[in-house]
Amino acid sequence: MMLQVAVLSGKGGTGKTVVTAALSDILPGRKGFADCDVEAANLALLLGPREKSRIPFFGLKKATVQKEICQECGLCTGVCHFGAIRQDPSGIITIDPIRCEGCAVCREACPAGAISLSDHQNGEIILADTDHGPLVYAELHPGSGNSGLLVHEVKKVALKESDGRDLLIIDGPPGIGCPVISTLSGINAAIFVTEPGIAALHDLRRLVAVSAGFSLSSFVVINRADLHPGFAKEIELFCKEKGIPVIGKIPFDPTVIESVREGVPVTRRECAASHELKNIGRRLMEELLHEPGRSG
Amino acid sequence: MLVCITSKGPTPENPVEERFGRSPYFLFKDTEGGDWSSVANKFADAAGGVGPRAAQTVIDKGAHVLITGNIGGNALPVIQAAGIEIYQYRDSGTAGEAFQKYVEGQLKKFS
Amino acid sequence: MRLVIASGKGGTGKTLVAANLAASLAAEREIVLADCDVEEPNLHLFFPSEEETLPVMTDVPEFDNSRCTKCGKCGEFCQYGAIVVLKDRIMFFPEMCHGCGGCEIVCPEGAISLKKRPIGHVAFSAPRERIILVTGVMNEREVMSPHVIRETLAYTAGHPLIICDAPPGTACPLVETLEGADACVFVTEPTPFGLHDLKLAAGVAEVLGIPSGVVINRSMGDDEIIREFCQSRNLPVLMVIPFDREIAVAANSGDLVIEKIQGMKTRFIELFEKVRALPGVE
Repeated sequence: MMLQVAVLSGKGGTGKTVVTAALSDILPGRKGFADCDVEAANLALLLGPREKSRIPFFGLKKATVQKEICQECGLCTGVCHFGAIRQDPSGIITIDPIRCEGCAVCREACPAGAISLSDHQNGEIILADTDHGPLVYAELHPGSGNSGLLVHEVKKVALKESDGRDLLIIDGPPGIGCPVISTLSGINAAIFVTEPGIAALHDLRRLVAVSAGFSLSSFVVINRADLHPGFAKEIELFCKEKGIPVIGKIPFDPTVIESVREGVPVTRRECAASHELKNIGRRLMEELLHEPGRSG
Repeated sequence: MLVCITSKGPTPENPVEERFGRSPYFLFKDTEGGDWSSVANKFADAAGGVGPRAAQTVIDKGAHVLITGNIGGNALPVIQAAGIEIYQYRDSGTAGEAFQKYVEGQLKKFS
Repeated sequence: MRLVIASGKGGTGKTLVAANLAASLAAEREIVLADCDVEEPNLHLFFPSEEETLPVMTDVPEFDNSRCTKCGKCGEFCQYGAIVVLKDRIMFFPEMCHGCGGCEIVCPEGAISLKKRPIGHVAFSAPRERIILVTGVMNEREVMSPHVIRETLAYTAGHPLIICDAPPGTACPLVETLEGADACVFVTEPTPFGLHDLKLAAGVAEVLGIPSGVVINRSMGDDEIIREFCQSRNLPVLMVIPFDREIAVAANSGDLVIEKIQGMKTRFIELFEKVRALPGVE
């Protein structure tokens, strides 16, 4: 069965995508890739994708009013818990698709039957090929909601695209909310990329608390570990207390930024960060094959 | 005893679906005989809340036994509360084969 | 004025800019600093202080078993799968509930009423003179971050100067923070990642019609990719913060760079003056 590994961080900008791209480059076996950071998908920038096709993404259904039927009674404005429905002074009802959560309460309340729920496209899923295997990522229309659902769809398409392969590598979203929960569900292992800073550690604690509800193996990678040895130590103590193995400490290395600017995984370069990332790949595979998580 | 099996397709020749909530079909077969029946899971691709809604479908059909690969944290208590026994099937066989294994007492009970 | 500090990409230095801007301006005026990154709020780490908290609540149904006939209408109605009706009982999943109140409306027996459930809190503190910090915090394992953001911002309403630290990304949490703001500053870094995410986030501000400018953080002198984009979209570059290990260490330690590096305070005050001069800002 295919192993699914996601790279997450809690705090943004700790180096998730750099680590994901490096693992994509160096891990053995037949691989597929998914970028679940659907609000800011960057993995494609490092993997050189050749686009194959696009699938429209429909989020939660949204309520719409049929103006010809609407009697402008205004009942719907009162029942909406999300402040999505407004009535202008002339009586016309408008529903804000950004605020609407598709709960259907307005449709239920409307005495004229003027409200229906309809599909609402708020992004696209992109299927591509890379030198290492298929990549699935997404573009969410600016300001759209339901990114957790889009994460779920991206994973689903990526699983199909990677059918028969050994490993699905997922670049995860920041935070701890709905998109993160969608990313964590059903995977075998999570790698938390953090950095020695007060904010990154704070966010790592919250992420670990959220992931504790899932049956998966987790690992920590400390990026730019030498920037603040004190916090690096604190992260290691926290991981020890939680029983999470620290599988690597990447030194601060300007080559990382250079490789991002060139649009290639840093493991294509000979440098300190690249060296440690190769070690991380080796340790990760040892851990995964030794402890295959929920798939066993 | 009415048995429900999560399946990738509408007939027993189709492979067992490992996921419960997002299973495309639920197949039903009585151990006392009779034909197979199937229900398409209309929530297989829904935004969220698939586990409980899938459980509601299985409960409404009156199943006594559920055969599936994985069951999520939300659906599990519902299925258990409804008194439905869960058996785990993790091989790549068809729904028909999984049913046969259950009848022969070869499946592991999930608890 | 309500000014939002946003970025699209996480980790570009939003919180660094929000914290230092507020601390610089607080020498002369009262400021409300609002942390709207409710999934991972970090501003308070720069301003440790005693906090008072108020809960953020959402509506959830309460079932009156003496009236409920287990007819199943509520479970059928719920678009989120939060209610399952068994023969002898109702099972309810609060973390799946969006609080729409639909089940209460469709129940033919009047057996459902709405009660409150906490999904987070808002913390208030006064960490230094003339700064009030309002922090939205969503509880772990909850998903309704826009709701927590809305409640957090409601407490700041009416104040003459509000600086908001926005959540990363470009979806509903950012929209919730940006909607109704007077100006927005995007903090980015001069990499293809920074540029890609800036394009998306700037798109959101454009849709909402909010005057915006850009701060380039971690500049190594060669910021052409960002500058070209800014020029093409008429987004002024308001400030450039150099790539500097000292700044990184200060930020990682929860220190304010205006207190560590000479001249920074003046530069943040200039940033604010430039924001005020953006076309469309009152």
